[in-house]
Order: sequence, then structure tokens, then C-alpha cells
Amino acid sequence: MTTTTTRTPFRGRTGTAHTRVEGREKVTGAARYAGEIPFADLAHGWLVLSTVAHGRIRSIETEPVLAMPGVLAVLHHENAPRVNTDYVGMLGKPDPTLAVFQDDRVPHLGWPVALVVAETSEQAREAAEALVVHYDQEPHDIDFSPARTDTVPGEGYVPATTEKGDLEAELAASAFVVDAEYTTPEEHHSMMEPHAATARWDGGRLELVDSNQGAFWVVGELANLFSLDPASVRVVSEHVGGGFGSKGVRVHQVAAVMAATELQRPVCVVMTRRQMFYLTGYRSPTVQRVRLGADADGRLRALEHHSLSLTSPVHDFVESSTMPSRVMYDADAHHTAHRLVRLNVPTPTYMRAPGEAPGSFALECAIDELAEKAGLDPIELRLRNEPERGPVSGLPFGSRNLAACFREGARRFGWADRDPRPGVRREGRWLLGTGTAAGSFAAGAGPSTATVTAEADGTFTVRIGAADIGTGARTALTLIAADALEVPPERIRTHIGDSDFGPAMLAGGSRGTRSWGWAVQTAAAELRERLALGTDIPPEGITVRSDTTAAVGALAGKERHSYGAQFAEVAVDVATGEVRVRRMLGIFAAGTIVNPLTARSQLIGGMTWGISMALHEEAVRDKASGGLYGPDLAGYHVATHADVPFVEADWVDDHDPDDPIGIKGIGEVGIVGTAAAIANAVWHATGVRHRHLPIRPDRVLQAAAEVPHA
Amino acid sequence: MKEFTYHKAHDVAGAVALLGADPEARFLGGGTNLVDLMKNGVERPARLIDVRDLPLDRIEPAEDGGLRIGATVTNSDLAAHPDVRRRYPALAQAVLAGASGQLRNMATVGGNLLQRTRCGYFTDVSRPCNKRRPGSGCPAVHGVHHNHAILGASEHCVAVHPSDMGVALAAFDAVVTYETADGPGRLPLADFYLPVGDTPHRETALPQGALITGVELPPVPVAAHSRYRKVRERASYAFAIGSVAAALDVRDGVVHDVRLAFGAVASRPWRARTAEQALTGARADADAFAAAADAELAEARPLPDNGYKVTLMRNLVVAVLTELAEEAAR
Repeated sequence: MTTTTTRTPFRGRTGTAHTRVEGREKVTGAARYAGEIPFADLAHGWLVLSTVAHGRIRSIETEPVLAMPGVLAVLHHENAPRVNTDYVGMLGKPDPTLAVFQDDRVPHLGWPVALVVAETSEQAREAAEALVVHYDQEPHDIDFSPARTDTVPGEGYVPATTEKGDLEAELAASAFVVDAEYTTPEEHHSMMEPHAATARWDGGRLELVDSNQGAFWVVGELANLFSLDPASVRVVSEHVGGGFGSKGVRVHQVAAVMAATELQRPVCVVMTRRQMFYLTGYRSPTVQRVRLGADADGRLRALEHHSLSLTSPVHDFVESSTMPSRVMYDADAHHTAHRLVRLNVPTPTYMRAPGEAPGSFALECAIDELAEKAGLDPIELRLRNEPERGPVSGLPFGSRNLAACFREGARRFGWADRDPRPGVRREGRWLLGTGTAAGSFAAGAGPSTATVTAEADGTFTVRIGAADIGTGARTALTLIAADALEVPPERIRTHIGDSDFGPAMLAGGSRGTRSWGWAVQTAAAELRERLALGTDIPPEGITVRSDTTAAVGALAGKERHSYGAQFAEVAVDVATGEVRVRRMLGIFAAGTIVNPLTARSQLIGGMTWGISMALHEEAVRDKASGGLYGPDLAGYHVATHADVPFVEADWVDDHDPDDPIGIKGIGEVGIVGTAAAIANAVWHATGVRHRHLPIRPDRVLQAAAEVPHA
Repeated sequence: MKEFTYHKAHDVAGAVALLGADPEARFLGGGTNLVDLMKNGVERPARLIDVRDLPLDRIEPAEDGGLRIGATVTNSDLAAHPDVRRRYPALAQAVLAGASGQLRNMATVGGNLLQRTRCGYFTDVSRPCNKRRPGSGCPAVHGVHHNHAILGASEHCVAVHPSDMGVALAAFDAVVTYETADGPGRLPLADFYLPVGDTPHRETALPQGALITGVELPPVPVAAHSRYRKVRERASYAFAIGSVAAALDVRDGVVHDVRLAFGAVASRPWRARTAEQALTGARADADAFAAAADAELAEARPLPDNGYKVTLMRNLVVAVLTELAEEAAR
């Protein structure tokens, strides 16, 4: 008699839908966010913002406010601790806006001028709103216009200009030319959880309980600002109710640290929605001019993409809107340029798909206009212009499966049956149309460290300074660890959001899960090898630590991107100007999908935001004051459920061979191209090109008046 | 936030007495507007008198054959009431077109009539506003006025009234009833809201200290064939940029009776009497509807950035009346 032992092969969980590991805590309210975590002896700070857009603080009447109930202190430029801004942080030099209360200058409306600290939040707010600040006002300038003569080259995290070939010659030789200007408005992140932080000194260490996109990142900024040893600063950020690029270091954390230092007790600073509109960054408006020239067969000879964005007087931030042109299409003459104008407005910042979101609107609408002129199907035109190498870099592509996205998307959307003629489909009061657009977003990785511990009870603990800003990162990392350890995910506890876990990439640039996953996978795989030797696990467990700095640094230079093909069907009532999206389909090539459940949610979230960008979102500035008009969620419209009827996201097989898991990143690509697909569908419905976002009812009415319909 | 005291009123007389004793007191209904205004510092009451539990939460038949709607009836209950849906469908549709489910569960009929404009200058205490601080000026006239008034405004204020419900009530000749320390009173909705003139801070003709007790809807047979259409900058949960409440009775192709009111075009729900007069006895066709709309809008005075509302209202009137006429012809 023989006995055979069969070992069931391990079935990995990566690629299998998994609900969020902290989902139960969140839906039951047990998960606590930064602003609701209590501390003994907690005081509350309330920010006071300037009501003028340019000038100097002449005086602040602190005495009456200090006499108000519960008020403990008023911090302002004459008494606040000094901070240092002469450093280079994880994302470059700091925005001097962070250096609150350092001088009397007011460069824009909504500039923080004081922090009132009191025993309760209500007392602090009442006192802050009673604080009288006198200003010496100076004329302000918020006029954002392409006619300005004082623009400067937009040198940001990418070069301001790229140029090859003779543009005018190629345009002159082109069979079809598109020359159009597109604009996008000021847009705000509008995440649900407001910015909130509590600072306290604990045994000689500064601790910040925060809501941010990278605890270790925030440590670096605070340590530099306050000239502290980074080891003496700890930042924890367990749950984050959305970030979208806005939750880095902001003035509330700095002010909270100042107040906690002065008062030697914990101080919590929470922003109101209205304050967030001034203090947490936003996406700059853009004016973009695109010129395309093509041969009779649609091949691009000329591509020019210029973009103007704005920034504050104190810090340059460039909305890099020509980035899609630098990746998506090549041409014999290929010119791109970012320019910047400095105005009396707050500094803009990274916002979901920075550059690509507004840039893809302009570029992908222009491509659709070219298809119309050339009499080509817009998908066919794009496929004919698929580049062999990076149009600007000349580098090979890592993996570029955009064509597969279009083929699969066209099949599922029913694109083959589409009548290309605009303005010919009617259903009751609605004109119907469909549109498409391409999108991409850079895929990258940042160095990270992680530890994985085999506990004596057979469970495992993962620790990494990652941030789950709603993406499902905590769950994805649990699945990655489970696969590397070859154990069920239920045996793994994943702790994130604590700077004491060591350096890690921030949640941004679609790089979080890829960067952290690499570190977790590396540590977990090594731990499994050690356990395979049959080692006894001591009571303190066995811990393996990884650091991906060398591995990430060794990546070969390639054009690495995620891609998407977006499809939209819209209905337009030209009598009322209403535009309704009826359905959307996005097909993506975005590397290995770790958790289809949360990945689909994230992609649909991006597409939903694209609908919002196309039809609703717009922050409006009041010229007289320089401030925003109606800066709250009643005045700033984001898409509601009724605006988002049927949105489907799916993906084609894609794999980054240079990543140990094959991940590319899905954080931003969902929004890229969505607004263009909708605008192109509105043209297909009505015959009118809408080159200015959002496509508001009054704009549709105005267009209908100019181009009457049968 | 300013500290305030809170009182719960249990009867109408008690509520009126509590308010009368304190000029810094406010009645609190659903709080869906007042509490927001308190957070923004626009309203700073020292005392809130909660009238939500007053026995004014009924919708009952009135002696004249109409309906009497209590002031604390919630928007949700008003929109769901069978008599409202059957006899005044535009009213139910208007209420459902406003706010969100959660807000409609809280908001009350009395509070809805008294809600304040959402003009962004009114809600920002750092800016001038003649409605909030008389004499300080109106920045909207030369500033942001994309969704401001085209009818009945003045250089002192171009804000619009935000209510959807009020537009339907205006079309159906509703009467507001109230209670004061000196006894009860009645105000037709047509007289309830004051002209803007140079006193935009004086919004209603309600006597000082009055508590709205309800709304009376007279019997309006044409209202059974009515509709509310609202256009806004997203599909839900936004204030109108233009809306129409319309009721139409067509006999032998001729307009026998018509009611028409506009929302989001003026400081109050705008009863379009000029258009109604032009239509009564006219042929019920698109040309007549357009001519009537033009007659009403002839006195529109759009600002540089809200001229689209003239086109929008004209198109809405034609679209809604055409729909009603086509349905009647079936």
C-alpha cells in the first residue's frame, strides 16, 4: 500500500474581488477620522482668513477676542513661532503659504492671518469670526486671460517646453488642420472629509493625528519647517476620507503645531468647507490652444499644444496640461509649452490627474475635430497615430495597450453601428449622440520600506507608512502580502498610516499601491523563504524589513503609462440647455489589477468625476473682491447620483514586466479623457463644438441660438 | 457660532408669545436653511423657538373646497399627499424637484416660504449686500449674477427667491395664514412677498412677530392638469436657473383657462399674469405660447451674464404648455 501526499497548489488572491478589510469599521462608524479623535485637555484652533486679496495687515484687535469666553490665545504674525522654509522636501521646495503668521503680507483673499485657540470649537469659531483685522489694501489682479503679456514659462515637475520639427511648414503641408482654443475652469478637490489635525507634544516628541496622503511626507515637511529632528516627529493618519492631491501639508497642521507648542497642550484645527476652498489647493483654470495638421490619410504631421495656467504670487505651481500630447501622439513637428501667470489667488496644486485631466480635454476634443474634418472614424484616426516610441522622450514604451482598449470598448459600446453624422438622432425633446476619447497617466514607483512579521500565533502583521485615501490600498496590500506569504488574507493584519513604520511613497501620482505593494511583496516573500526553513517563531515573532530604494532606482528608462478608452452617450435638450449623460464605458489597460472590486470602484469614481468636470464643476471668482463666489458644496456643483446613470469600467489584460506584481496604477487614469468623450458626444448630438468647460445649460442655449436646428 | 437658547413651543399662542418677547429670536422649523445661515454668520439669533411640534402638521379639506396645508407639514408629506398629487400635481412635482430626500423630510411648508436667497454675496458676510446689511451695496449687479433676477429686480438687489414650492403656490392663488399676538391674519401669496425697490431687506408683508400657521389652496379646477418643470445645472439637488409651473385647460383647441408662474427669475415666485391674459381665449398652439411668453418677458431686464434666462423661460413656457396641450388632446 502506498500513500501519496498531494499538495494543493496555492491560489493567489490577487485579481480576486475582496471587500475592504476596514469596511465594517467604516460603515458602522467605528472608524475614527482625525478630527474626531479625543484627547485629554484638547484645545481647539480656528483659522482666520483675510477678507482682502492684496495688501498688508495694519493691525489685529486681539484684546476683545482674548476676553471672550474660553479663548486661550490668538496667534498671528507678531507673536507666532518662526518657521524655516529654506529646504527641499519630498515634492520640492515648499509653498511659502505653509509658513503661516510670519509677516504682514496678504497675497490673496483667504490668506491665513490668525489662529484663535479656545477651550471648545464653538468658542474658537465665535472668537475667530469676531476678530477684527485692519488691512492696508492694495489693488489686486485676478484677471486670468490668454491676452496677458506678463506670462512666464511654466517650469514645474516637467519641462516647460518641448519642440521638434518645423511646425508652420508641416501645418502648411497638411491636408487637414485644426486650430482651436479650449478652456477649463478652476476646479476643487471637494473630498468629503475636511482637513483636520491634532498636534501634541508627548514625551519630547511631536505627534500629529492627521488626515493626509503620506504620513512620512508630512513628517519631513514639519521637521523642516520647525527645525526638528525627523525622528522626534510622528504623524499618524489611519483613515482618510478622500484626498485627490489636496491632503499634504497644509496650514492647519502648521498652525496646530504652533499652538500646541505655545500652549503645551493638544490643539485640534479643523477646516470648514469654505476655508478648504481657500486653503487646500485646487486645479488652476487653463486656456489651451491646440493646432493639429494631418495628411489626407489622417497621419499627424503637426501637433502643437500650448497651455496657460495660473498660480499665486508666492509659489509657482504649473498645471502641466500638455502632458497628454507628450505621450499620446507623435508628429513630424511636435511642440508643447506650459506658461504661467502669477495672480492674487491661492497656490493651486495637484488634483486628480494633474495636467492630464484638463489637457486630455483639449487634445482629445481636437483629435475628434480632426477626425470630423478628415472624414475618419475617431477611433481609426487614433489607431493610425499610435506612436512607436515616446513622441518627446524617444524612449520605448513599457507596455502600451491603448489599441486593445479601443477595440474592446468599441465592441461593447456598439461603436460599429454609429452614424457619424452629427445632430440627426432625436428622442422626444432630447438629441442623442456618442463620443469617445483616449487617456493615459504615467505609471511609476517611489522608494518605500515595509516590515512583515510572522507572529507566534500563526498570523502575520504588515506595517507600512502607506495611506488609504479611499482607494482600498489597505486591502490591496493585505492581498499582496497574502499571496507572497501563500496564506489566506484573513491571517494578515495590515497597519498603515504611521510615519514610525518608516519611509514610504505618498498616495499620489497613481503610485501608492504599486510602490507599497513592491515593498510589502519583497518583505513578505523573504519572510516566507525564512519560514520555509522550519524556524521556530519566538514570542516577539520574526520580522523582515524591505527597502525598495535600490530596486526602484534600477528601473530602466521607459515610457510607462496606464491607458484608457472612454465612451459616452449623451442626451441634449437644446431648448433648455440640459445635457444628460446616458451611459459611459471605460476600458483600461492599467497593469495587474490587484482587487477588481475596489479597482472598478476607483475607475468609476474617476469617470464620474469626469462627468462632473464636463458638465458641472466650476469655481467662480468675484472680480471686485478677488474671492470665490459661493465657495461651498451648494455653490460648487459636483455630479449627483442623478447625473451618473450608468457607468461601466473594465480592463484588458496588461502587465508591467518590470514590476514584481505587474502593477501600473489606476488612481488617475479613470478621469483622463472622460470630459472629452462627453464633449465629443455633445457635438455628435447637436453639431456644436463645446470647447469651454463646464458645458452649462446657458452655453448650450447660446450655441443653439447661433446654430439653429431643424 | 453665537450661543443661543433653545425653546420648544407646544402651542401657537405660546410660540408667538415667546418670539414677541425677544427681537433676537427666530422660529425654527426644519432648520434646513436657518441653521446654514447661522453657521455662516448671516443669521445670529439669540434664541430659537422650535415650532416643529406645533399641531400644524395636517393637510385637510377647506370649507371652500380647497385644501388647508399646515405650516409644519414637511415637504415630503406635502408631495406625497393624495389630494395634492391628484388636484395640484404641479405642487407635488415642484416640491419633489427641490433639495434632497433628507432635506425634504426635515423642511416645512412655513419655512419653505421664508427661506432666503442663495445669492453668494448674501451668504458671505465679508461682502456687501443690501439684503443683509441695508445700504452696503449690491456686488451682484456688476459681479457674479449668472443665476440672478431678470424680472422685478432693482439696482439695490438682483437676488432670486429659491423656492420651487412657492412657484406652484403662486400659480394656484395660495393664501398664507398667520398668527400674531393681536390675532390671526391672511395674505394672498401675490401680496406676501414685497417688491424689491430700495428695501430688499424687507422681504415679506408678514407683520412683526407673526407665525405662519398654514397655506390655503383654493379650489382651482385647471390645477388638476398642471406641471412643474425645473432646469438646473445638474440633474438633482440644485436650485433652479429657471422653472415653470403651468396649468392648462383647452377646449376645442382654444385656451379656456391657464395658470403660469416662473421660478428663479425674480425676488419672488413670479406669477405670469400678462402671459395668462394673452393666452386666455387664444388658440392653444406653440405660436400662441411663444407670443404669451414674449409678452411676459417683454419687461425682463437681464444683466450682462444672465440674458440666457430670457431664452430659457420662453423655451420652457412653450415646451411645458405644448406638453399639456398635447396631453389634453389625447
